[in-house]
Amino acid sequence: MIPNETKITPELVAEHGLKADEYQRILKLIGREPTLTELGIFSAMWNEHCSYKSSRVHLRGLPTKGAHVIQGPGENAGVIDIGDGLACVFKMESHNHPSYIEPYQGAATGVGGILRDVFTMGARPIACLDALSFGAPDHPKTRHLVSGVVAGIGGYGNSFGVPTVAGSVRFHSRYDGNCLVNAMAVGIARADWIFYAAASGVGMPIVYLGSKTGRDGIHGATMASAEFGADAEEKRPTVQVGDPFSEKLLLEACLEIMAKGCVIAIQDMGAAGLTSSATEMGAKGDLGVTLDLDKVPCREEGMTAYEMMLSESQERMLMVLKPEKEQEAEAIFRKWGLDFAVVGETTPSKRFIVMHTENGERKTVADLPIKELGSEAPEYKRPFVTGAKPPVIAADEVTAPHGTMEALELLIATPDLCSKRWVWEQYDHVIGGNTVQRPGGDAAVVRVEDGPKGLALTTDVTPRYCEADPFEGGKQAVAECWRNLTAVGARPLAITDNLNFGNPERPEIMGQFVGCVRGIAEACKALDFPVVSGNVSLYNETNGRAILPTPSIGGVGLLDDFSKSATLAFKREGEAVLVVGETTGWLGQSIYLRELCGREEGAPPPVDLTEERENGDFVRALIRDGVASAVHDVSDGGLLVAIAEMAMASGIGAVLSAAPSDIPPHAHWFGEDQARYVVTVPASQAEAVFARAQGASVPVWRIGVTGGDALMLDGERPVSIASLRERFEAWLPEYMAGKA
Amino acid sequence: MKAAVLVFPGINRERDMARTLRLVSGRAPTMLWHAEHELPAGTDLVVIPGGFSYGDYLRCGAIAARAPVMDAVRAFAVRGGLVLGVCNGFQILCESGLLPGVLMRNQQLRFICRDVYLRVERSDLPFTRGYNAGQVIRVPVAHGEGNYIADGETIARLEGEGRVVFRYSSPDGMIDPNWNHNGAINAIAGIVNEAGNVLGMMPHPENHVEAAIGPTDGRGLFAGLVEALERAA
Repeated sequence: MIPNETKITPELVAEHGLKADEYQRILKLIGREPTLTELGIFSAMWNEHCSYKSSRVHLRGLPTKGAHVIQGPGENAGVIDIGDGLACVFKMESHNHPSYIEPYQGAATGVGGILRDVFTMGARPIACLDALSFGAPDHPKTRHLVSGVVAGIGGYGNSFGVPTVAGSVRFHSRYDGNCLVNAMAVGIARADWIFYAAASGVGMPIVYLGSKTGRDGIHGATMASAEFGADAEEKRPTVQVGDPFSEKLLLEACLEIMAKGCVIAIQDMGAAGLTSSATEMGAKGDLGVTLDLDKVPCREEGMTAYEMMLSESQERMLMVLKPEKEQEAEAIFRKWGLDFAVVGETTPSKRFIVMHTENGERKTVADLPIKELGSEAPEYKRPFVTGAKPPVIAADEVTAPHGTMEALELLIATPDLCSKRWVWEQYDHVIGGNTVQRPGGDAAVVRVEDGPKGLALTTDVTPRYCEADPFEGGKQAVAECWRNLTAVGARPLAITDNLNFGNPERPEIMGQFVGCVRGIAEACKALDFPVVSGNVSLYNETNGRAILPTPSIGGVGLLDDFSKSATLAFKREGEAVLVVGETTGWLGQSIYLRELCGREEGAPPPVDLTEERENGDFVRALIRDGVASAVHDVSDGGLLVAIAEMAMASGIGAVLSAAPSDIPPHAHWFGEDQARYVVTVPASQAEAVFARAQGASVPVWRIGVTGGDALMLDGERPVSIASLRERFEAWLPEYMAGKA
Repeated sequence: MKAAVLVFPGINRERDMARTLRLVSGRAPTMLWHAEHELPAGTDLVVIPGGFSYGDYLRCGAIAARAPVMDAVRAFAVRGGLVLGVCNGFQILCESGLLPGVLMRNQQLRFICRDVYLRVERSDLPFTRGYNAGQVIRVPVAHGEGNYIADGETIARLEGEGRVVFRYSSPDGMIDPNWNHNGAINAIAGIVNEAGNVLGMMPHPENHVEAAIGPTDGRGLFAGLVEALERAA
């Protein structure tokens, strides 16, 4: 029995984000009143962010297995086999709440955290991606958030030395009070040299490595597990401060001691810091852990056990080392100028014991059952309601407010469709010398080591579809990710999912979550595209207003020969422009309907996963056989926007055929039917492609021919590529300069 | 070529540089830790690669310039040894007094990563013999502090002595503020010391050397160095 100096009142319990019934669960579990430090430990382990208490029951429905899956969800990151004895390690994670409160450090530490997850497993990071959602451009905070978040991502990744190669940026008023920063990191490791969190062996030294522990980030994970009220700004002290320089040293030191065979188990200190990493290593290894906080390197004097256990200071690791290699490991860490301290050991007791000297007296400040801390965390089957499906909007119900070319000019200058160059030029996307396809295409392509293999990487989701129909929206996010990987010629292998939603205690929000997860599961199964890692971010809500449901999907695909990847730029004049996939003119939930008609309405385009697969396999084969000269996925903005992007990427224009008589032109050109690609092939090969498509039951239409320096359409004035580019590139820089 | 690539804590383009040196010269360079006091015997080229040595804390390059290995580099440079500093390496050369001037924050106060065009001002240096004077090459930049400046007298000297080796230019070689992404004075992208054996430049020629990845305009710099060193040997 440990003496309890602080009375645990209901108010104190509530301040720790624990509900009254959750506190009863703690009392029952340990049979006494917890100490303040123990209460802090429970609040860190049982908050939504760490325990997945609202989401776990639904996440079990996701497919996580596949022939090439080495490690699915549950470790620091997912691991897949990419052949040649190599593995790809990757994960995406949110840093939404901190980024809203302090955009530069919030975003920077988001990148730092996800990089640590990847190199903890023994992988050298080779790429980062970032999916960002901001409020309406005219909201007073938006410009500040964009500027800070982008600088923070660049500030951390550029200094750490990893190329940031792809991502997405969107704007919508539903993110006014909660921006989303979803960072994905991808690394390469030896497939037979992956490191895990599970400790093994009794009496093994537990070693603390990296930066010192300070008072920053205390209760960060708890903060990220609640919605914002009017006091969001006051939470700034819960945001950690990043130091990419220390992280770069930590990377090199970790990889060096891993290569020397010193490491038994390793866990990074992310959310809930020392608490979460120590209990995880013990629980996974079926062992107890005793920590001696007097040994923890501290940045500040007089830190209490409570503060040390809850600090989220960055750039720290916990390891179990082979005792005979301890000195060698220490020398490596000293060489890199990093802290190294033995702070505990593994025990056979299955207890999590924390010792600390306070006021000259050495005490046990926590003594808890280690496995139950994780496994007995509450799990909720929260009530949910599924919203009514919105009606399908027929194309002829929508009157076109503009001519086709005028509409194109307006659309490509809208915040969601315009060039994001202003963003990705602030990220070093060439470091490493392996970036084959830079930002701006369907997926980035990064060479693996010295080749010939390459990885294709992308992040995708269409939140307005998820809002209108969570199930179809969840399917679509996965399908679009799969399509983008396919469009560069890669074989899609696996995904990481980063599920961002509002308050799960509201049944309609829980309904969005459940619907999206089911949609993701269905698409992943149909496309053999397992989920190997992920993260859930709930309570993205301010004063009762939730974000659009945003399940970001990060995908990885493999190219056997990176030099054969396809790009979206038109290559030559006189080539046939083909569209693969069925065009019905689906305007419901389209960018066209929202931006030009002011209507955010209707059912989103349905996703037929069989068609997705057939059309995608067909396109991938055309790329593999060297028939397709340019390929682009058709998504936001529809067919004409896709064609305009291909033209702008090359400077070559196209002459396009008129829309078929049974579809209104605006629906034909701007509808967002799924499972479609624009592909160019040499004119001489077009017939052979049609024959091949017929054999595969894949619909393919010829819609034009490349050439000239403008886009030309019967009955419309031609639009020069130069003027399109100017509009496409202008909006974001002008907006950020305060002009737009 | 027997190159040594310096490694300071926080340097992050050392692997890119080492790969390029290996690809172009056929020989892997020695990776030399900052705490060393001597260069490996027979070193004929010292390369200070890009990155964020010491996190760019204090000032870019200021801490690295005072590392033990830099005394050996200074001595090597005095003896006429070839020294190439790229990006953070250029900043370190300026901070260590091997080159004049300083790199300030980019004019628009943002980090910029993009391909830029450089006009090669002279081809009679070991670093530029792979190019023709006036030739325009395309190479990437990736920096937040590449805005070169020095006092008026120094700039006049640099210009008068033909020590500006690379300038940011338009694709057809015109010097134009629209093509000077960081606002450097006189569009200066790279300079040499008086003796012509120490070059500092902001852009990354080492990232443009493989046709399978992209443009190869950076290759000429390294190929020229290999040739110069072979002739000297």
